[in-house]
Amino acid sequence: MSTFLNLMVYGLADGAILALAALGFVLIYKATSVINFAQGEFLLVGAYMFYTAFVVLQLPLVLAVVFGVVIATLIGVLVERLILRPMVGENPISIIMVTIGLSIFLRSVVQMFYGTRPQSQPAVLPTGSVNVLGATIPVNRLWVLLIAAVVLTAFTVFFRRSRHGIAMRAVADDQQAAMTMGISVRRIFAMAWALAAVSALIAGILLGDIYAVDQNIAAFGLLVFPVVILGGLDSVPGTIVGGLTIGLLKQFTSGYLDPGLATVIPYVVLVLILLVRPYGIFGETRIERV
Amino acid sequence: MAATATGIHHRSYSSELSLRATKAEYFRLGLMVVVLLVVPFVLDNYWLSIANTILIAVIGAVGLNILVGYTGQISLGQGGFLAVGAYTSVIISDRMGLPVPVAIALAVLMTAAVGTFFGLPGLRLKGLYLAIATLASQQIIEFVIRRWGWLTEDQGFIDVERLEVAGFRVERTLFEQQWYWILLAFAVLTVLTARNLFRTGLGRSFMAVRDQDIAAEAIGVNLARAKLTAFAVSSGFVGLAGALTAHYTEIVTWERFTLDVSILYLAMIIVGGLGSIAGAVYGAIFMTLLPVLIREAATSIRDVAPFLASQLPAVQNAVFGLTIIVFLIVEPRGLDRIWQRIKDYVRFWPFRY
Repeated sequence: MSTFLNLMVYGLADGAILALAALGFVLIYKATSVINFAQGEFLLVGAYMFYTAFVVLQLPLVLAVVFGVVIATLIGVLVERLILRPMVGENPISIIMVTIGLSIFLRSVVQMFYGTRPQSQPAVLPTGSVNVLGATIPVNRLWVLLIAAVVLTAFTVFFRRSRHGIAMRAVADDQQAAMTMGISVRRIFAMAWALAAVSALIAGILLGDIYAVDQNIAAFGLLVFPVVILGGLDSVPGTIVGGLTIGLLKQFTSGYLDPGLATVIPYVVLVLILLVRPYGIFGETRIERV
Repeated sequence: MAATATGIHHRSYSSELSLRATKAEYFRLGLMVVVLLVVPFVLDNYWLSIANTILIAVIGAVGLNILVGYTGQISLGQGGFLAVGAYTSVIISDRMGLPVPVAIALAVLMTAAVGTFFGLPGLRLKGLYLAIATLASQQIIEFVIRRWGWLTEDQGFIDVERLEVAGFRVERTLFEQQWYWILLAFAVLTVLTARNLFRTGLGRSFMAVRDQDIAAEAIGVNLARAKLTAFAVSSGFVGLAGALTAHYTEIVTWERFTLDVSILYLAMIIVGGLGSIAGAVYGAIFMTLLPVLIREAATSIRDVAPFLASQLPAVQNAVFGLTIIVFLIVEPRGLDRIWQRIKDYVRFWPFRY
């Protein structure tokens, strides 16, 4: 029982971070129909930017987060303006490849400046553990869950209530109709990339805190694909359900069966979902016979 | 398109179908043959080993281009298919004791079968969904070759015996030269087969599927068969490349067949030019030489910029990623198109067009 509870908390924490990473991915796909293979690298860059501000520059926590948000927004906007905008109207293969190129570039630039060794960073979230039903549960995992829940709620409220959020949904729904209503599609595209980079930054900081600040963060980011296929490529609630499911599945497989198997199980699920229900649990059903 | 030579009038169908029409084209072909024949006598062993790597990359890139460039089915599973070819060939030749040519042929068939299996999602999925499905196939194959102890007899790698065919054994002193001739023969065979494939009905049905799948079906192309055949043919060539890699490098480990390899091959055909056999060849040459040239450059300016030399792998990767981005933005049709534009420029000189 205690193992079960432990694995569940670890899985939920992993899943919450995955949901945050997948949220950025879905934002970009919904607004601009670009598949962003560099989402994992956005996590990586976010984590290292926070590390730079917090440890190297010795800024206080709040300022470090602000620094990270500013840089992430800047990177998001620049990527959209310089790389994705010239690619509008190209075939999917080219667009996928350009984001793969971007992911390699970002990863190696981080490696150039920080090397491949894990960087030590003082714990941001409270450490220690609590006893629940005989299981020792680390407190920082619970904090991760809380922060992810707050951020995801904030994003949901943003989409439902705020002017910009509604404009984003309008663009996602029908670009031309949104344009005739006077919404600047360019600005919405830039905003989608900036928001995606910020949500990736938060995921990256959390991941760096509970594991380590190293290159594995990018590999963790590759798991957004099973998450978004499971939840539906264009669904925000889908990222939460998909993220938590994949996170739990991974931890339970690793705890009860085999840690090696845990790395490949999400992809097996991915293939099964693609065969049975390619648009995912919550995705918009667009049937196209091929 | 200005890339057609002016002043050529065909008087028969066969002359119109021929691959080469002008004297200049025959001259360039002759020049290329001479260069290919002279290479092993001019280059030293280090550069010859790079030439051999390029020849293997040519086979793999041409194979991938059949699928991605000509049939429009994106695949991120290239690394996994290379692995299937390499492991099959080595296990059949070294452990079961069959002759190497038989092993390579069986490896090609095996990879074609595995490729067809992983192409099955392609019957229902297109574009980005297919990309993600093949990404999953890459991860699954990679996991299988890492964890299936039987493949490597629990060593984690396989030591491959020196190539020996019907009494002929590759000599240690002439290793690179002899392999150059073997690989050159395979590469030429691959390029010729692929080039001629797209002059047949089958090849043209691939292109019809790429350009407009619904229209292709309307004019009588069997979509399912065309897509699966494309996966089979393409994976067959990739399996050949994998088998040759195994026998040439004489060691098989899973590290050679990761997702990065899949991406490298995709980069080759994108930088070279999607949907062009010549483009796949240019791309294979360019992408294999790029890291080598960066290393040469970084070591030669070591004193001026020690940073570049000490961070060499990261610098190589950064340039690699940047090359993909720049090519896609500036010239999405790759080196092949650039070469055509140069030819046009010379042909029309002194006029602009």
